Amino acid sequence: MSDDDLKSRPPSPTRRKFLLTSGSSAAASLVAAYVPAFTKSAAGESDSPSTSAGPNIEGAVPITLRINGKDHKLQIDPRTTLLDCIRETVALTGTKKGCDHGQCGACTVHVNGRRVLSCLNLALMHDGEEITTVEGLGTPEAMHPMQASFLAWDAYQCGYCTSGQIMSAVALLKEPCGPDDAAVKELMSGNICRCGAYANIVDAIQQVRKRA
Amino acid sequence: MHIFEFIRPKDSAAAIAAAAQSKTAQQGADVRFMGGGTTLIDLMKLNVETPDRVLDINRLPLDKIEATPDGGLKIGATVRNSDLANHPKVQRDYLVLSQAILNGASAQIRNMATVGGNLLQRTRCMYFRDTAMPCNKREPGSGCPAITGSNRTLAILGASEHCIATNPSDMCVAMAVLEATIHIQGSKGSRAIPISDFHLLPGSTPNRETVLEPGDLITHVTLPRPIAGSKQVYLKLRDRASYEFALVSAAVVLTIASGNITRARIALGGVGTKPWRSPEAEAALTSKVANDATFRQGAEAALRGAKPQSENGFKIELAKRCLAYALHTAAVS
Repeated sequence: MSDDDLKSRPPSPTRRKFLLTSGSSAAASLVAAYVPAFTKSAAGESDSPSTSAGPNIEGAVPITLRINGKDHKLQIDPRTTLLDCIRETVALTGTKKGCDHGQCGACTVHVNGRRVLSCLNLALMHDGEEITTVEGLGTPEAMHPMQASFLAWDAYQCGYCTSGQIMSAVALLKEPCGPDDAAVKELMSGNICRCGAYANIVDAIQQVRKRA
Repeated sequence: MHIFEFIRPKDSAAAIAAAAQSKTAQQGADVRFMGGGTTLIDLMKLNVETPDRVLDINRLPLDKIEATPDGGLKIGATVRNSDLANHPKVQRDYLVLSQAILNGASAQIRNMATVGGNLLQRTRCMYFRDTAMPCNKREPGSGCPAITGSNRTLAILGASEHCIATNPSDMCVAMAVLEATIHIQGSKGSRAIPISDFHLLPGSTPNRETVLEPGDLITHVTLPRPIAGSKQVYLKLRDRASYEFALVSAAVVLTIASGNITRARIALGGVGTKPWRSPEAEAALTSKVANDATFRQGAEAALRGAKPQSENGFKIELAKRCLAYALHTAAVS
């Protein structure tokens, strides 16, 4: 796929945006208890911290999560995993829930620049830390080189594991990793792809490493 | 998940005081320290762990790796597995530890998991993890369905009629051959426990896995000065090439002079109810000629006490070959 092809693609993920915004009005009354920051962080484009006084969640505690450079002041149940907080409370749905038990890697995000599994972290553990999700890597107009490489190498099929794969791959660029494919495979083994796009995933990562 | 109170203690003393109120530091603890969360949060989601209070110790100053005055290494309890494995001094002097850690879990989990947490890693026995099933480790007296059930991955060394669960840690197997010391601060002061005495055999109380008492906080681990000229290998055999627990693993620290083994430290993983140091293998190897026949004799000695279950008899021969090949690899390295 050439760069021209990439540029000719639709400029924004319209399906996702449609689901988020239509969901926020249609289902607001149903989901309000679980997504207190829904409207502001999903639809609002303000740079000011999104704030939620929080609905009546029993035992909810205040937390400030810094996600993709933006502070989110939230009220959350202490049991909330970082994954559920990112997806359900802050409504950044690029991070995926696969197994929810640390066995698949779909939920991989960066905390202070290092890749971790957001399903095996409590959101409360990361008060004040720098969290990056796939939405923070790039935009459809200005993709991170790893995102562009995954597109160019067709490094996915259904796409469900892809954001986790990309978050892992971006972190790998700064980790001790040998030059060969085997080293990449070993360091990517925590990201399972049920479609079996592994060969192209390795190619996409190696392409970015060669250019670096 | 059981509801809990999340607390971030301001210092170790506050953490210890809060944890000392728990009924037990073993299975069923109502207060838990939270490190990386990779075991604990998983088990809390399964309702295997149901603490009322979770103490986040990640911001206590326990995250340093430092040289000790006697030439060894001091490793803080919240040092991440990846930082330990990739530390230059560990890669140079304690290679078996670096190899063991890098053979475990995934890059993400190694970025999260702490040294203290890895010492307390819980078994992967499916009956332990499933609250619909009996399990003597989870609910003392309820029985062990693994003994007549699915036990292919379970222990052949150190098991009892009450529990055959395998200790899953790779790091602990390497620390066993490196003769690490676990440093604990508790409400009654501090103490140091050799790693060989830290984990308990299941016996009739498989719910008790370590010597820890309520309030005990692992603060750091020390490694003695490295053995000059030693050859170190960690070999792990598993059902897939990466991101899988060991069926069998072997940690080897070998010193060879003029073709003879002058010192051997051996431990096995994936086969024992605790990280399995083998003094029998060490005795069988010491002062012998370093060749494959000797290595096989050492492996035979290590597995002499092995007792297979219905599905895991293959582990005995696999463990022998694993250890013999690890010794061979070390000798020619």
